[in-house]
Amino acid sequence: MTPPLSLHGVSVRYGDRPALSDVTWDAVPGLTAILGPNGAGKSTLLRAALGLVPATGEVRFFGRTLAEVRNRVAFLPQRASVDWDFPATALDVVGMARLPRLRRWWGRLPRADRDAALAALDAVGMADFAARQIGRLSGGQQQRVFLARALAQQADLFLMDEPLAAVDAVTERAIIAVLHRLVDDGKTVLMVHHDLSLVSEHFTDVLLLAGRVIAAGPVREAFTEDSVARAFGGLPRMMVA
Amino acid sequence: MIGHNTFVVLLGCAALGLAAGVVGSFALLRGRALLADAIGHAALPGVVAAALLAAALGGEARALGPLLLGGALSGLLGLWALRMLTASGRIRADAGIAVVLSAFYALGTVGLSVAQAIPGAAQAGLPHFILGQAATLTTGDALVAGTLALGAVGAVLALFQPLRALCFDEAHAAALGLPVRRLDALLLALILLVTIAGLPAVGLILVVALLIVPAAAARLLTRRLPGMVALAGGLGALAGVAGALASQRLPELPTGAAVVLAGLVFFTFALFLRRPS
Repeated sequence: MTPPLSLHGVSVRYGDRPALSDVTWDAVPGLTAILGPNGAGKSTLLRAALGLVPATGEVRFFGRTLAEVRNRVAFLPQRASVDWDFPATALDVVGMARLPRLRRWWGRLPRADRDAALAALDAVGMADFAARQIGRLSGGQQQRVFLARALAQQADLFLMDEPLAAVDAVTERAIIAVLHRLVDDGKTVLMVHHDLSLVSEHFTDVLLLAGRVIAAGPVREAFTEDSVARAFGGLPRMMVA
Repeated sequence: MIGHNTFVVLLGCAALGLAAGVVGSFALLRGRALLADAIGHAALPGVVAAALLAAALGGEARALGPLLLGGALSGLLGLWALRMLTASGRIRADAGIAVVLSAFYALGTVGLSVAQAIPGAAQAGLPHFILGQAATLTTGDALVAGTLALGAVGAVLALFQPLRALCFDEAHAAALGLPVRRLDALLLALILLVTIAGLPAVGLILVVALLIVPAAAARLLTRRLPGMVALAGGLGALAGVAGALASQRLPELPTGAAVVLAGLVFFTFALFLRRPS
């Protein structure tokens, strides 16, 4: 089967500093945690794959270039990367995912796209907040709006940058439920994550990074005390199952 | 009674205020407010050079088209200089803007004093470009400025959805495959267009306020971008008309100051009204 995402010799430099060196990795359908210490290049990996930062090496989505399969790939950036005081409702934000499908760029969102956005909000338990200004949502609710925006794209591969960072318990449960549903539907979710305690319970695969690939594969094989120690420099051993 | 010319000038100023509010809303949300200030100041040497050139060629130095074209070109040059200064990352954007803005303005001021001594160029009414004087606009001037402004409004409305996505979350918009670089360049071009079109009526020192003050007031009172854009456009148009009327009645009054003061009244009201829940 063609991997949903295939990286071959991908490297990224920020100025003089190498952020990611020679990453060769094939993603598999399921829920993959991208783990590593701060500065390990986790977010950079997602951004490089999407062409948002300059990178060398080869990136393939479903065996093709990103431009050929954009609608099959959804990106969920870190919540802190945008201004939540922006004059928009939850529905406005989720509707942005429908832009590539629009035939015109002015006026209101067409009915079908509006319905898709509402369905995505419903899927994350935010249907009642569709008309709420995003600045008036809690942090966890904002995170669910971001997840809904990714869902509204109706993609097959989801690249998520820390959607579980600093969220409340309700949001965490809602997001994890959505992730399991995506995996059951045969989708691929690659998620930058930092809480090692959740890995064994919820994820199928891991990619351990520390500027380069430390270990990759099914959780049972690749998420070992040894590989975690090598990625994190020996710190959080007790978190591994 | 309002004469025909006055009426056209009022309409031109209304169109200008409308465009400034609409384009300014996006400029504000994209953090481009100070760029409009830099463009306005950077336009002065170009305006002066165009007047000198027209005078040297024996043409009509007062003709607005060439003056605005000159202003747009030197405004672009200012943006380019800013990009060169900040590209290395060693000079921060705010410092770069301050350097470019003052350097071009100083150059323009020197050129202005030269131009005032040259009979042909002295009649171009160049000092009005600094503080603005709507009352001196001809019907043709107002039509030029108004047409440019309405063109900018049309462009924003036609690309409303992707421009909103760009301003809210550039990385996501790029991942969606939207042409974010071209959209960003277009937004900058529209800011340039409105700034330059506003120079003769509002003046280069305060034209930034026409872009930003109505947008800032509208942002306080609305919770969605369509409402913000509509309200900013309406407030901008009102401020433009108020300023033009004041300029007609009190010829000593610089229009730019009157327009901005009218806008600030709206802004102050907005601060007290706040946004609805």
